[in-house]
Amino acid sequence: MGTSFEGVSTTAGADGGTAIMGTALGEQKRPRVSTTRPYQRLANEDRGTGGESLADFLGLFSIGLGMAQVLAPVTMSKICGIDDAEANRPVMRALGAREISHGIAILSKQQPEKAVWSRVAGDALDLALLGKVMANPQNHRGRTLFATANVLAVTALDVMCARQLSMQPKTIANAGADKGIIRTKRSITVNRPIEEVYGFWHNFENLPQFMRHLESVTVTGERTSHWKAKAPVGQSVEWDAETVEDRPNELISWRSTEGADIYNAGIVRFMPAPGGRGTEVRIDLEYDPPFGKLGSKVAMLWREEPGQQVQDDLRHFKQVMETGEIVLSDATKQRGPHPAQPDNKPVKL
Amino acid sequence: MKATCWMGPQKMEVREVPDPQILNKRDAIVKITSTAICGSDLHLYNNFLPMMEPGDIMGHEFMGEVVEVGQGVNNLRVGDRIVVPFPIACGNCGACQAGATSLCENSNPNAYIAEKLMGHSPSGIFGYSHLTGGFAGGQAEYARVPFADVGHIKVPEGMTDEQVLFLSDILPTGYMGAEMCGIKPGDTVAVWGCGPVGQFAIASAYLLGAERVIAIDRFKYRLDMAREKAGAITINYEEVDSVPDVLKDLTAGRGPDHCIDAVGVEGHTHGVMYAHDRMKQMLRMQPDRPIALREAIFSCRNGGTVSVIGVYAGLIDKFPMNAVMNRSLTIKTGQCHVHRYLQPLLERIQRGEIDPTFVITHTMPLSQAPEGYKIFNNKEDHCEKIVLKA
Repeated sequence: MGTSFEGVSTTAGADGGTAIMGTALGEQKRPRVSTTRPYQRLANEDRGTGGESLADFLGLFSIGLGMAQVLAPVTMSKICGIDDAEANRPVMRALGAREISHGIAILSKQQPEKAVWSRVAGDALDLALLGKVMANPQNHRGRTLFATANVLAVTALDVMCARQLSMQPKTIANAGADKGIIRTKRSITVNRPIEEVYGFWHNFENLPQFMRHLESVTVTGERTSHWKAKAPVGQSVEWDAETVEDRPNELISWRSTEGADIYNAGIVRFMPAPGGRGTEVRIDLEYDPPFGKLGSKVAMLWREEPGQQVQDDLRHFKQVMETGEIVLSDATKQRGPHPAQPDNKPVKL
Repeated sequence: MKATCWMGPQKMEVREVPDPQILNKRDAIVKITSTAICGSDLHLYNNFLPMMEPGDIMGHEFMGEVVEVGQGVNNLRVGDRIVVPFPIACGNCGACQAGATSLCENSNPNAYIAEKLMGHSPSGIFGYSHLTGGFAGGQAEYARVPFADVGHIKVPEGMTDEQVLFLSDILPTGYMGAEMCGIKPGDTVAVWGCGPVGQFAIASAYLLGAERVIAIDRFKYRLDMAREKAGAITINYEEVDSVPDVLKDLTAGRGPDHCIDAVGVEGHTHGVMYAHDRMKQMLRMQPDRPIALREAIFSCRNGGTVSVIGVYAGLIDKFPMNAVMNRSLTIKTGQCHVHRYLQPLLERIQRGEIDPTFVITHTMPLSQAPEGYKIFNNKEDHCEKIVLKA
């Protein structure tokens, strides 16, 4: 996972993004490089790397074939060389329904690689059935062979597509999801000068002021720090981290050192917001939650969805930078539902 | 302390609750002297806004005496008499610095929920559901005022509570409704709703140079007030077939130059459309009845302004976008950015240009707040505005 992070942090060189912009505008009106490039870069990162258009084709093909099988089962049976096409009507219809379900699963894009693999399994079933058809001497062997050749060709496409979808790194948001690593990125605009915003974050010992799950961060060396975070049921976890990259008023990235109990890494980028709107802060975090994928699912039950937590932290960061502290109300100064009325309980965010 | 608590739909109780404490450095605690029930409190009373919890302290129009000041507040002292604007605003974020304090980016601790419902979050508001922060309100003996250094105006010596209390919400809200119209000499302004905000919108439209203001409501006593106190021409919509037709007639076919919706989610009318909206609202298929808004859009002259200060809570149906687009209408709207109107409107009151006390029909002790909600909601006893004395 570390390598993908470095890849992210080093895309600051000139790319094609600005050349595409600006062609419709005169020289002096063209968007400044700094305002256009990041969005281009994010788009590139989020883009899949192949297999999608083939998957779309296979999805539509599934639906088309399935419709033909459901609506014209006798014709389809005849194409496959089956002699008693009338008797085969219900089987052909069932196969058609299965085909349509593959298509819908692929096009819905929930887990397209699994959907395409399910097509491969369906192909295997089709080939087995075609083998049985071929074994019966009453059927038209030539037609069955032709149909089998077609199914084999589509099977090859299915396997190719499924492999492509399975191998690609997917989008940045779900990269590492299989291993249980959570990756999330959020952003906010802070109405303070970039030097101040970078400077505050640069001192990691400030982070617990706005990151709710952190108990403390102690700077232990020029590039090293010791982190202590709250864990469920009153526990805490600790680890050492090292600063990977630190470019003043631009970015800071860090990661837990080798051998830390909890793998985690982060990068925060700072950019002047256009028109004197302060500083745009973009954070990109990844971590391996305790108990892996199951742990993160359990945490979500407690409203600890990682993206939401990072967004809350960023909002608190903005509050601290702009107003000096985290803003409290009677209802929100404690966890869980509470009426909007004062009480004497301590603040617990 | 005693506080008016929402205990369920149409169920208010004055209960004994703990006193407020300083939670943030820029807080102040105010001992409330006068507070009011707002028309928008009725939307909470009737459960039209989401995210209320039993025990929530109501009230966002209040004033009183400072009894405690946080260490981050350097412009207030114990004993100062202040009016508190209903939006909570930090004064530091981009929105506040642009003067749009009801859009403060820092004052709503539940912004993440508002973002899910509305895309982005408005500011926190006192006593106005957890969607706007879960802040305890001011229909109580004491209230905590976050960002008190920004959120107050000191009351000059010699002015009564009644003269300045409505600076907290309804006077600036009505004023902003008129200001958003960009009124020019000769303009006719139509105002839907003759509740307190509507009354102030009418008065403000005249202050800002309107030639004529036409007021629309169904309660005779409210129309009488609009005519006699605020100077409007009045239409009782229950006595006419079509409000847009009457407005067209009154303006010789042009339509009002500007239309102000001071009604919001609980509009009424007659006919099929009303039954349709009412039914959908009861079935929770549509939270709002945008009757005034539709009429305002329909009535407005070509190229005119529709100014929306009535509160909307959710989605609406049958929005006449064809009229808005093809007739070049401008829609302007917003929760009032009260902070920026405090000083100019205080000065208008001092100069005698407007006397906000004309809307007050009832004054009662805080302990009678539940009764106040009932008569205000049911428009009993010619109720226009209730001031509660703590």
